[in-house]
Amino acid sequence: MTTLAKYLFGVVAAFVVLALYHVHPALAQDEAAAAAEEVAKLDTGDTAWMLTSTALVLMMTIPGLALFYGGMVRKKNVLATVMQSFATTCIVTVVWMVISYSLAFQDGGAMNAYIGGMERFLLHGMGSDTLSGTIPESVFMTFQMTFAIITPALICGAFADRMKFSALVIFMILWSIFIYAPIAHWVWGGGFLGSLGVLDFAGGTVVHINAGVAGLVCALFLGKRIGYGTENMAPYNLVYAVIGASLLWVGWFGFNAGSAVASNGSAGMAMAVTQIATATAALAWMFIEWIVHKKPSVLGIISGAVAGLVAITPASGFVDPVGSLWIGAAAGLGCFFAATTMKKAIGYDDSLDAFGVHAIGGIIGALLTGVFAVKAIGGTPGLLEGNPGQVLTQLEGIIATIVWSGVGTFVILIITNILVGVRVSQAVEIEGLDINLHGEVIQ
Amino acid sequence: MKLVMAIIKPFKLDEVRQALTELGLQGMTVTEVKGYGRQKGHTEIYRGAEYAVNFLPKIKIEVVVPAKMVDKAVDAIVAAAKTGQIGDGKIFVVPVEQTVRIRTGETNESAL
Repeated sequence: MTTLAKYLFGVVAAFVVLALYHVHPALAQDEAAAAAEEVAKLDTGDTAWMLTSTALVLMMTIPGLALFYGGMVRKKNVLATVMQSFATTCIVTVVWMVISYSLAFQDGGAMNAYIGGMERFLLHGMGSDTLSGTIPESVFMTFQMTFAIITPALICGAFADRMKFSALVIFMILWSIFIYAPIAHWVWGGGFLGSLGVLDFAGGTVVHINAGVAGLVCALFLGKRIGYGTENMAPYNLVYAVIGASLLWVGWFGFNAGSAVASNGSAGMAMAVTQIATATAALAWMFIEWIVHKKPSVLGIISGAVAGLVAITPASGFVDPVGSLWIGAAAGLGCFFAATTMKKAIGYDDSLDAFGVHAIGGIIGALLTGVFAVKAIGGTPGLLEGNPGQVLTQLEGIIATIVWSGVGTFVILIITNILVGVRVSQAVEIEGLDINLHGEVIQ
Repeated sequence: MKLVMAIIKPFKLDEVRQALTELGLQGMTVTEVKGYGRQKGHTEIYRGAEYAVNFLPKIKIEVVVPAKMVDKAVDAIVAAAKTGQIGDGKIFVVPVEQTVRIRTGETNESAL
């Protein structure tokens, strides 16, 4: 233990040295600013990268998240959990095509601060020559669709092991339309949070705080699993979870670097800081767990990596590598305490820590984006560059998202509960969702 | 004839198999089992949630031997399966009334 303590001391010392370095302003990058305001023209480089990013982000949900979550539940519920991710992918694709894309990204007229319009209902008017910036609108629409898919799929971690499948189908349709589309519009579609100056490069607020808070509401609404705290709920197969987390990590380059919506320096820096924050958060979780629970666990290091990915998401186009190191460290430690100590103290059953990792990681990331933003990288200075107001702006984005997601999710759950009932019967829950909901089992 | 039933640590299976084969024994049945003795179980921790696991994975070997071979077989298993750590397992010896080889109809010791 003393050796470990020495190592930790070394790590802390290294952070202090790096912090001193951080006072140094980063090198200016003016290429992005110069290229920004030209006449809209298709760029083949941008288009190629966005086609790639779109495929990467889809891979995050299937098979990434499906395996990450599937490996963490008990054997009797693995197929049901994988099914939740896969079915959500299909459901949201159709809903996005029909209405959500239009509500999120079209001009909403008088209501534009809060919700978009119906111009692209059924993707009407989107042709192969319609552009969105420098890429075809079809690519932009599909890229954004993959974000709309993963966000509600993340919520499944909170209600794993006890949600009816029929309830899931209804919940996902309503949630994509009434929760995801408006919040995406607020931040990215011309709504009030974007106008306010909230920085959310790739969806820390829109995706992660949103999904995490919805997850907490679901966990509270459905109640604890039978046997929670007394029965052994050890994961079925952590190798699946490792494969899933690794696919999430790789896919996240499409998520963050793709959110530059261009093949440029901003995308490159987003990729670099994503890698750094993720590794740092994984190490932070590993070391703190090593100290607190005496062993560095596999589930711990992958959970830390996901926490880091979440936290760097809003910051990825705005911070420099040293900023990302701090964000990663804060996310690893913060999410560790949220998923272990805080969850135990408060007593809710967030099965796979959708709230503890995504909401807490998202909030840490959103706030620290306001602290570490570098003007030369993303155009906006943060607290460290003398702009403390940015942290408050970030806070406004966080609060608006928590309120809409929390209240809206609660209302949707009430409606779903009236229509079909949200929770499976006690007998089904004990015997397992796989055989009862889907008629299949893993041998 | 006696049935020698040994519960051993899983990673000792191959050494035990080899030791019994060297005695000239021609077959055995192996089952993956779970259980506990004085070793009790162990504790697993997943994101801070601790679970006491009472039943640990073990291997059960069943081999039927002629009465005169019993002591040698038991000694061979003990020698091969022993680590000296808690949880090495146990051996039970029980009498067997009859043995039949299904293919040929041979009975008792000639069927072993």
